[in-house]
Amino acid sequence: MTLTTLGESLGADVAGHVSAASVPPARPRRRRSSTGGGLVPYLFLAPGATLFALTVLYPTVQAFQMSFFDWKLVASASKFIGFDNYLRALQDDHFWLALSNSGIYMVFTVVPQIVIGLAIALLLKRKSPTQPLFRVLFYLPVVTSWVVVSLLFRFLFSDAGLINFTLGDFLHLTDGSTPWLADRWTALLAICALGVWKGIGWSMMIFLAALQGVPAALLEAAAMDGANRWQRFRAVTVPAIWPALLFVTVMLVIGGFNVFVSVYLMTGGGPAGRTEVLLTYMYKQAFENLDFGYGSAIAVLLTVIVFILSVVQLRVFRDRNGEGAL
Amino acid sequence: MRSHSRWGALPAAFRITLLSVGALIMIVPFLYMVSTSFKTSTYVFTNPPEFIPSPATTANYEQAFATENFGRFFLNSLIVASISTAISLLVSSMMAYAFARFTFRGKEAIFRVMLLGLMIPAIMLIIPQFILAKNLHLLDSLAGLVLFYVAGSLSLNTFLLRGFFESIPAELDQAMQVDGAGAWRRYWRLALPLAKPGLATATIFTFLACWDEFTLALTLTNSPENQTLPIAIKLFAGSGNNAVQWGLVFAASVIAVVPVIIVFLVFQRYFVQGLTSGAVKG
Repeated sequence: MTLTTLGESLGADVAGHVSAASVPPARPRRRRSSTGGGLVPYLFLAPGATLFALTVLYPTVQAFQMSFFDWKLVASASKFIGFDNYLRALQDDHFWLALSNSGIYMVFTVVPQIVIGLAIALLLKRKSPTQPLFRVLFYLPVVTSWVVVSLLFRFLFSDAGLINFTLGDFLHLTDGSTPWLADRWTALLAICALGVWKGIGWSMMIFLAALQGVPAALLEAAAMDGANRWQRFRAVTVPAIWPALLFVTVMLVIGGFNVFVSVYLMTGGGPAGRTEVLLTYMYKQAFENLDFGYGSAIAVLLTVIVFILSVVQLRVFRDRNGEGAL
Repeated sequence: MRSHSRWGALPAAFRITLLSVGALIMIVPFLYMVSTSFKTSTYVFTNPPEFIPSPATTANYEQAFATENFGRFFLNSLIVASISTAISLLVSSMMAYAFARFTFRGKEAIFRVMLLGLMIPAIMLIIPQFILAKNLHLLDSLAGLVLFYVAGSLSLNTFLLRGFFESIPAELDQAMQVDGAGAWRRYWRLALPLAKPGLATATIFTFLACWDEFTLALTLTNSPENQTLPIAIKLFAGSGNNAVQWGLVFAASVIAVVPVIIVFLVFQRYFVQGLTSGAVKG
């Protein structure tokens, strides 16, 4: 243990000196083979870091840059236009419609995924012979590709599809001829249903892992004191799984705003653009209208929204956590 | 167990019923998909819907395989996913090793920048990545897909593997070092073999992500020689709604999904490991 610490601090020393480029070369040379090893860590990092810089960092910067241009594929034809793309978005009804659809999708997929995912996890918490089977069944949609399940749901929600049959002929809840994908609200409902169906297994799995950490003794003690099921859940379980709850919520909100493939393949944004979400709208602007600058501005706006929402959630959760713990 | 039920667990029968209804909702769409893939067009929409196709036919599968390029699509998916996974694992395990075993200037800062990759959703970068691919003359090529698939998986794998490397006792490293083993040898002969579970998790997640990837493939490729399975399925489904040959679409879907489900069933524990150790979002 002491050896590592020593080696590491020596290494830090060497690295510091080398990059400050102000060292007599003799001493660090001897220490190069230590755990802190001079250039060695940088050599290990080099391939990945280079790739990352080229394919992720540079495009990130470029997305911002492009959003200030009337960007053309021929570089010389591009023109700097300041905030015009952003102003255009703010005045674009389709942008607002797409933003509200993304928001609706986010709310109506995040809440059910948390509530139902947690409910299933609670039902599955106790070890039983059937637990592994149920776990696999609920998780199956998570591992299936978005392309396949999106087309599958387009099929299920088609006019003569299984959903209409089930609701009409089987449950007698509707007349069984709802044209789901032909109207904004019913189409959004179908798209949300897919999001929830595909995502529940994921939140369930996280909650299931988190529930293993809920102190059983505390639950029993609370029961002895006469706390009912809901009180025990509120007072013991929720505080114990709070970090998992935070993680799931933040990830799902980000994921919700990033909905793309399901909308693209289920409705293509139709009918008449009424189910367009931010990313399908961005995609259309960029790759159908070749308006890369405007598309980038939409992407940047979405990033900012998602970032702000994440920060707000972290704050809210941290504050609530303080209360809960006491 | 007895005492549990006394302080008020839900009755087992009620629990199982609830779970079964839920599981049914999860599984019925898949069963219906498989069943439809064995139906001819005439029998796709029947009332009541049939889960056991009669007459059953393998015509859709034959047609899928007979369709020009379907084998090619399948092969492309396999090639792109395998190469991307191999490169990503090599490169990100090297980075993870540096983060786990060395102290160097800028270490945590660089690591944090890498984590940015987990927070920037892939599709936000689709426009600049398209431009980049165009400038590098990688549009409509498998190499272009590999480049961006590797890029997209670097952050997660580095994050995941760093944790695994850090859990290997440092004493082993020092012992090898005393014996005169260089850093590369310690990484290759010691760290990698001991991090096998981590590598397995990373391999599975990366491979499946590449196998299923749709948006980049849609954007960066346009000729059948360079397209992948998800694109093939989308092409089968066409764009209109009425003339879709659902049997064919789902035959292709089943072909794409079955390997994934097998991998999942066989390597389940690695999925759970990946999920609980990091930010993997399916």
